[in-house]
Amino acid sequence: MTLTADRPAAETATTERPAKVRRRGRSSPLATVLAHGTLIAASLVALFPVLYIAYISLGPDDNDYLHPAKIFDKMTFANYTKVMNDTGFFTWFGNSAIVAGGTTVIGVLIAASTGYAVSRMRFPGYRQLMWTLLVTQMFPIAVLIVPMYYILSNLGMLDSYTGLILVYSATTVPYCAWLLKGYFDTIPMEIDEAGRVDGLSPIGTFWRLILPLARPGLAVAAFYSFLTAWGEVAYASTFMLSSDKYTLAVGLSSFVSEHDHQWQLMAATSVLIALPAAVVFYLVQRHLVTGLTAGAAKS
Amino acid sequence: MAVAVAQRIRLSYSKYWYAYAMIAPVVIVLGVLVGYPLVRGIYLTLTNATSLNVGRQIGVNHIPDSFDFIGLDNYADVLWGPTAYDRFWSHFIWTVAWTAICVVLHYGIGLGLALLLNRKMRGRGLYRLVLILPWAVPTFVTVFSWRLMLADGGAVNGLLSFLHLPEPAWLSDPLAQKAAAILVNTWVGVPFMMISLLGGLQSIPQELYEAAEMDGAGPWQRFRHVTLPGLRTVSSTVVLLGVIWTFNQFAVIFLLFGSGAPDAQILVTWAYRLGFGQQPSDYAQSATYGILLLSILIVFTTFYRRWLARNEKANG
Repeated sequence: MTLTADRPAAETATTERPAKVRRRGRSSPLATVLAHGTLIAASLVALFPVLYIAYISLGPDDNDYLHPAKIFDKMTFANYTKVMNDTGFFTWFGNSAIVAGGTTVIGVLIAASTGYAVSRMRFPGYRQLMWTLLVTQMFPIAVLIVPMYYILSNLGMLDSYTGLILVYSATTVPYCAWLLKGYFDTIPMEIDEAGRVDGLSPIGTFWRLILPLARPGLAVAAFYSFLTAWGEVAYASTFMLSSDKYTLAVGLSSFVSEHDHQWQLMAATSVLIALPAAVVFYLVQRHLVTGLTAGAAKS
Repeated sequence: MAVAVAQRIRLSYSKYWYAYAMIAPVVIVLGVLVGYPLVRGIYLTLTNATSLNVGRQIGVNHIPDSFDFIGLDNYADVLWGPTAYDRFWSHFIWTVAWTAICVVLHYGIGLGLALLLNRKMRGRGLYRLVLILPWAVPTFVTVFSWRLMLADGGAVNGLLSFLHLPEPAWLSDPLAQKAAAILVNTWVGVPFMMISLLGGLQSIPQELYEAAEMDGAGPWQRFRHVTLPGLRTVSSTVVLLGVIWTFNQFAVIFLLFGSGAPDAQILVTWAYRLGFGQQPSDYAQSATYGILLLSILIVFTTFYRRWLARNEKANG
């Protein structure tokens, strides 16, 4: 159907000056081929490193990564069974799930309430808060680790899920709040006013009316928070001291230490770490464009 | 309109209490975990604290702090002390170059792909899915993957030798290390730019393009006078975030080269090395670097925003 609709336009395009007659959004065959070619090349570049590490993870020996071609003849899932059976994989996985899940829920909730407050209300201190949120983005993490370590140790929160969740929330909330403020700005004020007329408190309006409407924005914020917490290495390895509290990222680094290079196990674990992230990504990717736009376009 | 605005203002007055209640969690978390460390960090920069003289617990014995207050000496030493060029300024120049090159590549490639994805074409959804994928994979996983690919005899040099091109030692030659770092960081950062800009493109009203076409504007003119101005708000935000994130990009360089590559270290990884990667750790100098980094970004942001505001006014 599209084809037949395309054809008349394409034909006229060849007889007259193409740029004038062709409708916007339709382009010459050459441009289409070029566009597909570029996108295919870009997709290959985007996919290759991911596929490459998945491929390396199938090689059974610890120096297989040096001769990738040899893996082809002896592919095996041995690394995966070894990681799952002989290491703390499931403990680490559980820890990562608790920490990343907790960060996502707590981080998004407090970012949403902040985003709503700065989107709807002009209170004294508003500008300072927005400025603080921006400046917080600028903190090099390397600089915060030592003081954070002292604070957590004074609060008795070292080696605890709560401590790590709070630290991650502190790093993700500023961006999420910014993003969600932009998203809330696109939801008409009239909805809030209707809610107030019906007797809801501002917090009730936020919770019952605005949050459900802001789902795409929340999805992006959740995606960002989850990924940040799921893949973070530096804080996790500093604050989680006992091996039964390691997250996946920390456990992973134990495969490649000073005296031991088990790249094949590392590759297999990397794939296992990337999988949940890919699932989360697949669930929210429909919302990504709308969610980010509103945030970026308005802030 | 004026009535509505007045009503809104009155409404917001009655909401102060709620506003403070709603921002309280963020203020508390940021105050404790960011505000306090900042104050402590500033204090450390005025001392000569190292891992040898800060208070610590050994068994049941508590050893108290024994470092001294030395005023602004750390800043003087970092900025114009002996070997200041080797320690600070050479890394500063590389950090600025790294940030500028990466952000230009992120933005340019991101915008190019966003423009392609914004056309009506077959397989658009699939392309989009695949192209955002690098964003979904945790950074340390992709950096390890790149490390294997860039190693001598790895996939990248395999391809280059197939094409009869020179094969640089990506992970050991100083110049190639910098190129490798930029390459990996570009790969990591493009998806965010692409998706944000795609969103921005989709929010430009179609009528503007139609009107421009009626006025006889060619594709380039439409891009210059409709697309770019339409993207201005999105662009200014993502470029600012891109600069901040790239300037502080720790994982890529740290994981790609480990403790090697003194030349490819940017200021953040250099500060980390001073504080953690050496014995004895120099906490005071590390904190000084941190405060300097933060100051550089704040100065940049202030000027950037002022420049944006002036541009906005000039363009009506």
